[in-house]
Amino acid sequence: MFKKILSLCLVLIMVATLCVSMASCSGEKDEFKFGVILLHDETSTYDKNFLEAVNRAATSLGLTEDQVIIKRDIPESNACYEAAADLVDAGCDVIFADSFGHETFMIKAAKEFKNVEFCHATGTMAHTEGLDNFHNAFASIYEGRFLAGVAAGLKLNEMIEAGTITAEQAKMGYVGAFTFAEVISGYTSFYLGAKSVCPSVTMDVQFTGSWYDETKEKNAAIALIDSGCVLISQHADSMGAPSACEDRGVPNVSYNGSTVGSCPKTFIVSSKIDWTPYFEYICKAVMEGKKIDTDWTGSIKTNSVVLSEVNTQAAAAGTQAKLDEVKAKLLSGEIKVFDTDSFTVNGEKLTSYKADVNTDANYEKDTEVIKDGYFHESEYRSAPYFDITIDGITLVNTNFG
Amino acid sequence: MHNPDKKTREPLFHIVKRDRISLRKSLLIRVVATVSAMLLCTLLAYVLIGEKATPAKFLSQFFQGVFGTSRRTWIFGRDTAMLLCLALAITPAFRMRFWNLGADGQALIGALASVFCMFFLGGRIPNGLLLVISLAASVVAGAVWALLPAIFKALWGTNESLFTLMMNYIATNLVMFSITKWFYPGKDSMKEMEHGHLPQVLNEYLLVILIVLALTTLMFIYLYHTKQGYEISVVGESENTARYVGINVGKVTVRTLLLSGAICGLMGFLQVSAFDHSVTAQSIGGLGFTAIMVSWLAKFNPFIMIGTAGLIAFLQRGGQQISTAFDVNDAIPNIFIGIILFFIIGCEFFINYQIKFRASQRSKGGSAK
Repeated sequence: MFKKILSLCLVLIMVATLCVSMASCSGEKDEFKFGVILLHDETSTYDKNFLEAVNRAATSLGLTEDQVIIKRDIPESNACYEAAADLVDAGCDVIFADSFGHETFMIKAAKEFKNVEFCHATGTMAHTEGLDNFHNAFASIYEGRFLAGVAAGLKLNEMIEAGTITAEQAKMGYVGAFTFAEVISGYTSFYLGAKSVCPSVTMDVQFTGSWYDETKEKNAAIALIDSGCVLISQHADSMGAPSACEDRGVPNVSYNGSTVGSCPKTFIVSSKIDWTPYFEYICKAVMEGKKIDTDWTGSIKTNSVVLSEVNTQAAAAGTQAKLDEVKAKLLSGEIKVFDTDSFTVNGEKLTSYKADVNTDANYEKDTEVIKDGYFHESEYRSAPYFDITIDGITLVNTNFG
Repeated sequence: MHNPDKKTREPLFHIVKRDRISLRKSLLIRVVATVSAMLLCTLLAYVLIGEKATPAKFLSQFFQGVFGTSRRTWIFGRDTAMLLCLALAITPAFRMRFWNLGADGQALIGALASVFCMFFLGGRIPNGLLLVISLAASVVAGAVWALLPAIFKALWGTNESLFTLMMNYIATNLVMFSITKWFYPGKDSMKEMEHGHLPQVLNEYLLVILIVLALTTLMFIYLYHTKQGYEISVVGESENTARYVGINVGKVTVRTLLLSGAICGLMGFLQVSAFDHSVTAQSIGGLGFTAIMVSWLAKFNPFIMIGTAGLIAFLQRGGQQISTAFDVNDAIPNIFIGIILFFIIGCEFFINYQIKFRASQRSKGGSAK
C-alpha cells in the first residue's frame, strides 16, 4: 500500500514538472507583454480604477490575456521589486506600478533591468533620478476638481436663491486624507471652481490621516455638517463621506467614480482620473520603439481627467450646460485653474512662489512656479505640488501621516 | 427498565488513542492528507475560478510559481529560510510552554536597530565594521523586546501571550514613527540605504540560506544535547518537577527568552542587510505568526522545521502565482492554503488516534459484554 501511494505521488510530481516545463516553453515567444503591479485588488476603489483602465487599454490595443500580466496585493516593500523582477522574467516589456510607496522599489528594478521600461503612477522621483527607463505619470486632476467645484457652486447659488441659506452661509466642507500637496491642490481647485460661480463661498477642510477609513471619513463629514457646512466633498477612498451626506440629506461632490448608486438623493457629480490613455500611450510607445516621457501628465485634453454623469436629481438646473462651457474654456486655455487673480493669500495676491518639486529629505523649496499670471501646477513634474493655504479655506486640523 | 434480551447497542465506530505508530504509517497518513487536499483544491479552483482553471493548469501553475524560473526557486529558498529562522527563534520558548507571540515585533525591532546603525553610521565607518555593529544592535534589540515580557512573567506571573502581542504593536508604531521622524520625514516609506549590505555569495539569497541552515543545526544541538536544552524541556513538562529537581524556573525563562528574542533580532538584521536595505511597518509581514505553525507542525524539532517551513513557503509562493495566472485576487489562493493546512493539521488526529469500527472490533472478539 505504502509503495503504491509513494509511486502515485512520484507520478503526480513528474506530471506536474512536465506541465511546468511545457508551460514555460510556450512563454518563450517574443511578443509584447505588459506587466501591472497593484497595491490591493478589486476591493479597493483606487486599484479598481487602475484595473478597469488596464482592461480597457488591453481591449483597445487588442492585447490577448497572455500579454497582460497583473500582480495584485503587492505591498510597498521589497516584494514590489521581486514582483517587478518576476515580470521581467516573464518577458514583460513595460511594467507599471500604481502606488506611491512602490516607487523606490521600481527604481531599484529599473536600475537592474535596463532594457525594460518601468512606469509609476503618482511618484515624484523620475525627473531627478536620470534613468532612461523609469517614468512617472499623473493627471491634472485639478482641472476635474475645478469643474466639480463649479457644479458645487451652482448648487450653492440655487440654495441661496431659494432662501434656504444666505450668501454668507455658503460654507462647504471637505474631507481630506493627508495634508499633502496632492490633497491641497485638489481641494483648492475644487474651492476655486465653486468660487468662480459663487463668490461668497468659504470652505472648511478636515483631515482623517488615512486614505481609506470609512468611520473616520464618515465622522469627519458629520462634524463638518454639524459645524454648518451645506455641501460636502472628499478626497479619500471609502464611502464614509458620501453615505453620511445621503443620511443627512446634504449634497455631495464625489471622487474616483460615481456614487449615485448608493446616494441617489445627494450625489451631484464626481471627477476621476482615467488611466486608459496612459496605458495605451506607454504600450504603443514600447511597441513602436519610441521614448516614454519622463513625466507624463494626463489632462482633460487627453481624456485622462473625466467627470461622471451629472445627477439631475441633486444638481442645480443647468449644471451640465455650464460644465460644458467651462470645460471648453479650460481646453482653450481661456480659464487657468490657479489664476493668481482668482485667489489671495493672507489678503495679498501671489506674485512669486517656490514649490518643492525635487524630492529631498528637507522639503527644500526649489522651483519658481508662478509665471504669466498663474500657478503652473503639474508642469515641472507630473505629481501635484500646490501646497498653499489660500484665503477662504480654513483647515480644521492637519495630518501629515 | 433494563431489558437483558436486547443486545447492548454499540456505536458504529469509536475512537482509540494509539500507543505508537510506525513511521511508515504516519508518513502515509500525511501523504494521503496532502494529496487529497490538493485534489479538493483543484476541484474547487475549477468551480470558483471557472473553466480556464483546469486541474492540470492549476497544478502546473502552482508548481511554476515556486520553481518556474531560477529567481522564483531562489526566492522560495529565501522565504523558507526566513520563516525557518523565526520558527527556530520561537521554538525554545514554545518547548518551555512560554507562548511567545511577539516574534514579529522582536524581528521588526531588530530590523529597526539595523536600519538605525546603517542610516547614521553608513559611509562613516568600513562596511565590515558597520555590519558587525548592526548585527549586535539587532540581536540586543530583539533580545530586549523578548526580555521584558519574560521578566514580568518570571517575577509576577503576567500573561506572556498578551504581553508579547502588545510588544508587536509598539514595535510597529515605533518603526512608523522613526521613519517620519528621522529617516524620511513626511513619507511612510524610505529610500534604500547604500551602506551596510550583506556580502553576496553567488547571489543575495545563498548566504542567508546557509546561515539559517547552520543555525538550525546549532539549535538542534542546543535543544537535544545540552543541559540548558534539557532544562527547557523539563520546565515545559512541569514547572513543579523542574523546581523539585532544583531548576531555577525564572532564570531558565529569562535566559530562553533572551535567546529567542536574539534570534528574532538576527532575522530582522538579515532581512534588512541582505534584502530590504530599508524598513517599513510591514517588513516582517506577519511571519512571526506563521512561524508558530511551522514550529508546531514540526513538533518543535529544528530539522523537521526545514520541511514544514518549506511547505508553507511553497503554498504561499504557489498561491501567489495562482492569483496572477488566473487573474483573481489573493483571497482564492488563501482559501486553498487554508484548506491544505487544515488537512495537514487535521491528519494529526489520525496519527494520534485510531478509528475502530463495530465489526472490526467484534472480529477481534473484544466486544465488551
